Amino acid sequence: MNAIATTCPYCGVGCGVLASIDTAGAVNVAGDPQHASSAGRMCVKGAALGETVALQGRLLHPLLREPGAVPRRASWDEALDRVARGFRRIIDEHGPDAVAFYVSGQLLTEDYYVVNKLAKGYLGSANIDTNSRLCMSSAVAGHARAFGEDLVPGCYEDLELAELVVLIGSNTAWCHPIVFQRIAEAREARPSLRLVVIDPRRTATADSADLHLPIKPGTDVWLFNGLLAFLSRQGAMEADFVEAHTAGFAEALAAAASDADDPAEVARICGVQLAELLAFYDLFARHEKTVSLFSQGVNQSSSGTDKVNSIINCHLLTGRIGRPGMGPFSITGQPNAMGGREVGGLANMLAAHMALTNPVHRDIVQTFWQSPRIAERPGLKAVELFEAIAQGRVKAVWIIATNPVVSLPDADRVKRALANCELVVSSDIVERTDTNAFAHVLLPALGWGEKDGTVTNSERRISRQRAFLPVPGEARADWRIVCDVARRMGFEQGFDFADAHEIFDEHVRLTACRNHDVQADGRPAARRVLDLGGLAGLGREAYDALTPVQWPIRAGGTGSARLFADGRYAHADGRARFVPTVARRPVHAPDREYPLILNTGRVRDQWHTMTRTGKSPRLCGHTPEPFIDMHPRDALLCGVREGELARVHSRWGTLVARVQHSGGVLNGNVFVPIHWNDEFASDARVGSLVNPVVDPISGEPEFKHTPVRVEPLAVRWYGFALSRQPLPADELTYWTSIQGDRFLRYEVACHQRPPDCGAWARTWLGAESPQADWLEYEDRGAGVYRAVHVVDERIESCVFLSSRPELPARTWLAGLFAQERLQESDRVGLLVGELPGPGTDSGPMVCSCFGVGRRTICEAIRAQGFDRPAQITAHLQAGGNCGSCVPELRQLIAEVHAVAIA
Amino acid sequence: MIGNGMAGMRAVEELLQLAPDLYDISVFGSEPYGNYNRILLSLLLSGEKSTDDIMLNTPAWYASQGIALHAGDPVVAIDRRRQRVRSASGVELDYERLLIATGSQPFMLPVPGRELPGVIGFRGIDDVEQMLDASRTHRRAAVIGGGLLGIEAANGLSRRGMQVTLIHRSNVLLDQQLNADAASLLASKLQARGLTLRLNADTVALYGDERVEGVALADGIRIDADLVVMAVGVRPDIALARSSGLHCERGIVVDDTLQTYDPSIYAVGECVQHRQATFGLVAPVWEQARVCAAHLARFGHRRYRATQTATKLKVTGVDVYSAGDFIGGAGTEDIVLRDPRRGIYKRLVLKDNRVIGAVLYGDVVDGGWYFELIRNATDITLFRHRLLFGKRFCNLSDDDGTRAVA
Repeated sequence: MNAIATTCPYCGVGCGVLASIDTAGAVNVAGDPQHASSAGRMCVKGAALGETVALQGRLLHPLLREPGAVPRRASWDEALDRVARGFRRIIDEHGPDAVAFYVSGQLLTEDYYVVNKLAKGYLGSANIDTNSRLCMSSAVAGHARAFGEDLVPGCYEDLELAELVVLIGSNTAWCHPIVFQRIAEAREARPSLRLVVIDPRRTATADSADLHLPIKPGTDVWLFNGLLAFLSRQGAMEADFVEAHTAGFAEALAAAASDADDPAEVARICGVQLAELLAFYDLFARHEKTVSLFSQGVNQSSSGTDKVNSIINCHLLTGRIGRPGMGPFSITGQPNAMGGREVGGLANMLAAHMALTNPVHRDIVQTFWQSPRIAERPGLKAVELFEAIAQGRVKAVWIIATNPVVSLPDADRVKRALANCELVVSSDIVERTDTNAFAHVLLPALGWGEKDGTVTNSERRISRQRAFLPVPGEARADWRIVCDVARRMGFEQGFDFADAHEIFDEHVRLTACRNHDVQADGRPAARRVLDLGGLAGLGREAYDALTPVQWPIRAGGTGSARLFADGRYAHADGRARFVPTVARRPVHAPDREYPLILNTGRVRDQWHTMTRTGKSPRLCGHTPEPFIDMHPRDALLCGVREGELARVHSRWGTLVARVQHSGGVLNGNVFVPIHWNDEFASDARVGSLVNPVVDPISGEPEFKHTPVRVEPLAVRWYGFALSRQPLPADELTYWTSIQGDRFLRYEVACHQRPPDCGAWARTWLGAESPQADWLEYEDRGAGVYRAVHVVDERIESCVFLSSRPELPARTWLAGLFAQERLQESDRVGLLVGELPGPGTDSGPMVCSCFGVGRRTICEAIRAQGFDRPAQITAHLQAGGNCGSCVPELRQLIAEVHAVAIA
Repeated sequence: MIGNGMAGMRAVEELLQLAPDLYDISVFGSEPYGNYNRILLSLLLSGEKSTDDIMLNTPAWYASQGIALHAGDPVVAIDRRRQRVRSASGVELDYERLLIATGSQPFMLPVPGRELPGVIGFRGIDDVEQMLDASRTHRRAAVIGGGLLGIEAANGLSRRGMQVTLIHRSNVLLDQQLNADAASLLASKLQARGLTLRLNADTVALYGDERVEGVALADGIRIDADLVVMAVGVRPDIALARSSGLHCERGIVVDDTLQTYDPSIYAVGECVQHRQATFGLVAPVWEQARVCAAHLARFGHRRYRATQTATKLKVTGVDVYSAGDFIGGAGTEDIVLRDPRRGIYKRLVLKDNRVIGAVLYGDVVDGGWYFELIRNATDITLFRHRLLFGKRFCNLSDDDGTRAVA
């Protein structure tokens, strides 16, 4: 088939993807050169999309679960009636605020729009919040305070035009790889482009920076208050701009100066060298074309909104906004975080960037919708929402395309809340998730490649996600499911959309609706910068052919790369606001019981709760297991060792993962990835550890700062198994399952060593038959047992157990699962875990794209004396596709040379 | 030199190396051949080797070395006082030094019927020839004794087309060389090759009139057989030594120089008893010959010490290797590998991080290496995790075989 132009479903960069299905039925993807945000580039996650669309594990028809029973298949009619009646009954008995929707930045704008419309306009409750609350809401609140509306002033091109790029709380190289590549390419072309990274962790991003400030977690506001004071002292202030286009400067400066006037003091508080602090301040002062790009490290904090404003303040002071190559830049985590905000997907917004609290706005929306009612006060934000469920104030919740039992803070409490909830509805594409385990109604939704609509990326660019795959089973588009329920609840009018295009058109018209009215005093009555008016009346064909375009969209459909060029902001008086930001510590400080600070985040090759990326062998190769990254000294103090298992405790929960020393974590800190959950590991949901404190303004949780304690996990033996079939793992003290190519890999550990390893292993791998072709090796004294089960001359499964965590490398064994017939020579090596002689094991995966392992690369570096990643790429291809691993290549070069010198 | 077998002649060869001209050497032997490799008799029987193949030294060689060979003319008397021997044919010869290497005789079970024609041991070329004749003229054979010789005989006879029943006292074949696990693999392999096994079977009698017709077992079962091979062990052949008044117990008692109680008489091989031990395997015998020769050559600087021994079954297609203490016990550790589909079983017995015993079945390529490790008492701590997989996996400089999570 011809390639279909669509958009990547992962991070907020929103890259264009060309997808096609080859004659073998496999999905092939490539970067879309026509898409202005990515210009044909693609990261490793995007490149592996084809491996994530297989139907195994998919939810393909509605399921109903009666209390205490296993889910049973049901017809759409029955399932939809169950939802409609349940919501209707609870609203009738307890009022509209007794129901809630918890949705997702994974949804398309059209899906989002109808859910929001149903909740706020028809049920009359603003109890609809989204998981964007967990990553974006502090930026949203900061934008609203500074600009009067949730607006991102600039675009990706500014990063290439800038003289200085400051990355704050963002591991861009891993979490927004294509944006990072654009920066990296710009620096290649123009080495004068400076890169400063502000992050407590030394990440792959920091490795590439000219200057890395590893500030103490949560001290950002001191840093930027200090910068504001420094800039005004240095006369870097753009007085005319501040005078003409802003308000509140004096108060903001006073607040900043009050606690950050002295750089030496700021350096002490932030825990960085004064010289490096001043180097950053000086760079910032000297370069007009400065972009400050920030992400979760800034947003996910009890003072996230203030952090955002403290950054924006510095740009307002220097007038560096609204022009090419400069500006504060919030980069979103999800593909449609911004699209969701556009249609009002947050509990404190109405729709189309209009405010619940504004009577004019409420009137505009209700009139436009001709809806029976309109929500009048903000609803419950994510964390409050699940508290309300726990307290029984909210009795029905409809969760759409998200997995809160994994992703919310204090996630064990979320489990308890859902367990006590009268009606839990979940629309999802996969059947088994930690959240779906609590659902009474499971509704099968369309996934990426099946659904059709639009998303908006971090630079306000609206792109089409297009369907190129057949509808699987009985799955339906999310918007259609919501409309079906709405109609069953008696709302005939307002939800009779024929397709996504009709919804989009309504959304477009709402953004333009009375947007340009003028009050008696000549001021705009209800002006919103979010204005898609230029697309109003767009026909079905034109919608299908829509090319990526940045809002606001004026007549003729022309977009806008940047905002505020005219110096007019969305506040009624047209002025931007300086916001006084008073620095404050994170709410929960470490103490003797919980002496370490837990930081959380993403790894390079996984996405959220792994329901899709967890299906891709090559993506699972890079970081196969959940880990606890910590400083060797802390490990020593906690009595844990690298490569061994440890338990992390906080006041809210615990988890188990493997200790690692990446060298990137500050003393006193630990880092744990957010992805793993009960579907992929025994006990690795970091959400259960995270404190539920939220930012008072944005309601965004403090994911990056929870006091914890780390203890060794006492296990008698470690092991791993590779198996073509899933293995039962619940009995084991610790397990992680990792998708491989034609096998599942289990990393396991147990308190007790079975008395008879052979019998235990045969049972576990299902090879009880005495006739089974079963090879085994046992060295009881060393606590080693190994066995391989061969069926029809093909490896079926193998298990390696040891009393020590050191086990043979898995790489070579894993490769055997691709063989339909075991070579005799291979059979000899089975129980060793490798063939005789070196070179048979390429080591842990570094370049997922070309499948190049660590050992291969190190040997090449040693043999060829490489000192630049480019040479490795030329030699082994590694790093030549997505480039995500280039920082690691640089790291390996350094390591190898260091060893050579030593 | 009394005895033209492997032990004696090896001693002679060693002596010729050390002191070619010291003695005029005469060799008396009961068998009418030059000197041949008894270990290869089973291959002669199975037809994989010819008589010429197994010859070590031809009569021509003796001549070239100036050795007087009296083949087929055994010594019947030793007059130690006059230092003179007399052979069956009446040859009399004085000696300055006498070396006795009369070897051993098959032990014939003391059961009725053991003198019947068709009942033989498995010791010499003539035994093999009798078996071959029988295989041409008769159908059924019984072999008593499931040790190395018995299995090789049974295998050879069955390859010569006879229906063979192997009768063994215990339920573990090769119980001197194998543990039960390996032995059961061997048993099924032999059965697969068409042998009938009777384990835990005690022979009470042989029956037949002019010629043996079968074996009667304690449980009453009778096994018809036209040929019965006794392979239940050997006894040192000490008749001559004892009649000459040399001190003998189970064998001719020798000291660490292989000297008997008579200072001018030495003895080597299966006929000797050294510190309570008698011998059936070739390795220690070679060592005895080396030591003995040194003393005959009047160098007198060597001492014989009993050493670890290794055994290998010479049945083609059935590879069995064992060495040292392969049963183990208190204070020992096992490393075991099983691959039934490939018919492989390996077991090493360790003590204090040193290999003290090995049983290999099916894959014996590393037998020699393990034997070395046993003899040198090498500390294997560093490569223990790969030891059992063989030398090629134990590139001792490279320990990458184990590493933390990949």
